[in-house]
Amino acid sequence: MDTKPGIRPRLGPWHMLDVASRYAFPGGQTVIVLLLLSAPLGLPGQAQLQPAWAMTSVFFWSLYRPASMPALLVFATGLLLDLLAQGPVGIYVLILLLIHGSVLRYRRTLTRSVFALVWLAFIGMAGAAALAEWLLEAVLTWSPVPPWPGLFEFGVAAGLYPMLALYLITLHRGRAAPEQAS
Amino acid sequence: MIRLSIQARQALARLTTPVLIVSALALMLLGRATPLVPERARITLSDALAPIYAVVDVPLRAVRGAARAVGETVSLRAENERLRLENDRLRHWYDVAMALDTENATLKENLHWVPDPKLSFVTARVVADAGGVYARSVLLSVGPNSDIRRGEVALDAAGLAGRVTEVGARSARVLLITDMNSRIPVLLEHSRARAILAGANAPNPKLLYVQDGLHPQEGERVVTSAEAGAFPAGLLIGTVHFGESGQMEVAPAADLGRLDVVRIFDYGLGGIVAPEAAAGRRPGAATAAGG
Repeated sequence: MDTKPGIRPRLGPWHMLDVASRYAFPGGQTVIVLLLLSAPLGLPGQAQLQPAWAMTSVFFWSLYRPASMPALLVFATGLLLDLLAQGPVGIYVLILLLIHGSVLRYRRTLTRSVFALVWLAFIGMAGAAALAEWLLEAVLTWSPVPPWPGLFEFGVAAGLYPMLALYLITLHRGRAAPEQAS
Repeated sequence: MIRLSIQARQALARLTTPVLIVSALALMLLGRATPLVPERARITLSDALAPIYAVVDVPLRAVRGAARAVGETVSLRAENERLRLENDRLRHWYDVAMALDTENATLKENLHWVPDPKLSFVTARVVADAGGVYARSVLLSVGPNSDIRRGEVALDAAGLAGRVTEVGARSARVLLITDMNSRIPVLLEHSRARAILAGANAPNPKLLYVQDGLHPQEGERVVTSAEAGAFPAGLLIGTVHFGESGQMEVAPAADLGRLDVVRIFDYGLGGIVAPEAAAGRRPGAATAAGG
């Protein structure tokens, strides 16, 4: 926090590095957790956890720290998710970008809302995302696709959001806060 | 670096997302038109990740083993009793099998039976459940010079698991029989009914196009059929099970939820392997290659 206003000496390389790492933290952590979730952990519903985590992370950082979640990074995250899954390529890229875009569009209202409202907004977006994913999957593979995996994914994303958001908020105020760089 | 005015920079920033959204749509079309490109990318990614998964898997395996050991200690007594009974039953079946084996050998000799070809197989470790939300496949870690090829058959200790659909330098992918795109010609052993086993992304794949007039029984063994030359005849898949809505399903013999090690058999069947250019998850190609 800038507690002492005034002219100060030029900041050293360590400080710059610290600031850079804090800016890169949300994106790097999104990708690393995504790769971890693709490892053979044997967690129940692990296939659904990956998109749920990506949606939560993109939603959260686009809302509270858009400088650390630029559209290009969202694109890369979606592509990684698409390649890790076996579905048609591009579905998650589109979905994550749409989430990113809509969050930025309503950012002013959302940042001033209470947590429950933000959660509700996320639930709405996750529902739309699961529906879009299901439709795109069916159209692109041109075959009937069972709706249950998508519903399950929506449930996982919506249900885990408060927990994940709690964790992300601590990061937002700590590890990923550029103004706290020493 | 070109210096832009704040307005111009803001306008550019506002344009990025729409431009990327259009690129995502283009990516989808591109993936449809040239399925080979995403497949190559996937193989490269799998090749990079498979060795890492194999390392990560060691401590995880230990943890899972410890957890299972705790659970087993609790039910040790009951389990022991159950195993003793099963052992008695199996010993009886062993005698029957030995007698039948001798009889079978004699009969084959009398009939001048053409011997089945010797099979070659490699064993590979499953390092990850890969597939995402709408697919069922596993990733194998294989040596750099394994001769695993697309279309080969994967079995676990108990039964058929699936078919190899992608082969990289250090990894291979097996499409499980439960995947939505898997279609396998099968034979119901007792009623001799032919059918198609279709994956549905559920634990139990469904039986489609069962021959009319034949009434399969609950618990009947389902084996592969050699029709279409994609599988050898007689590999055990599982048993017939009637679902809640009366839909005929197959309970797989292989433990598909916890595959650990699979054997990849080379039956030398060219069968229906999608040509590489047409690979990917297009229904026409994928159903044939699926398995």
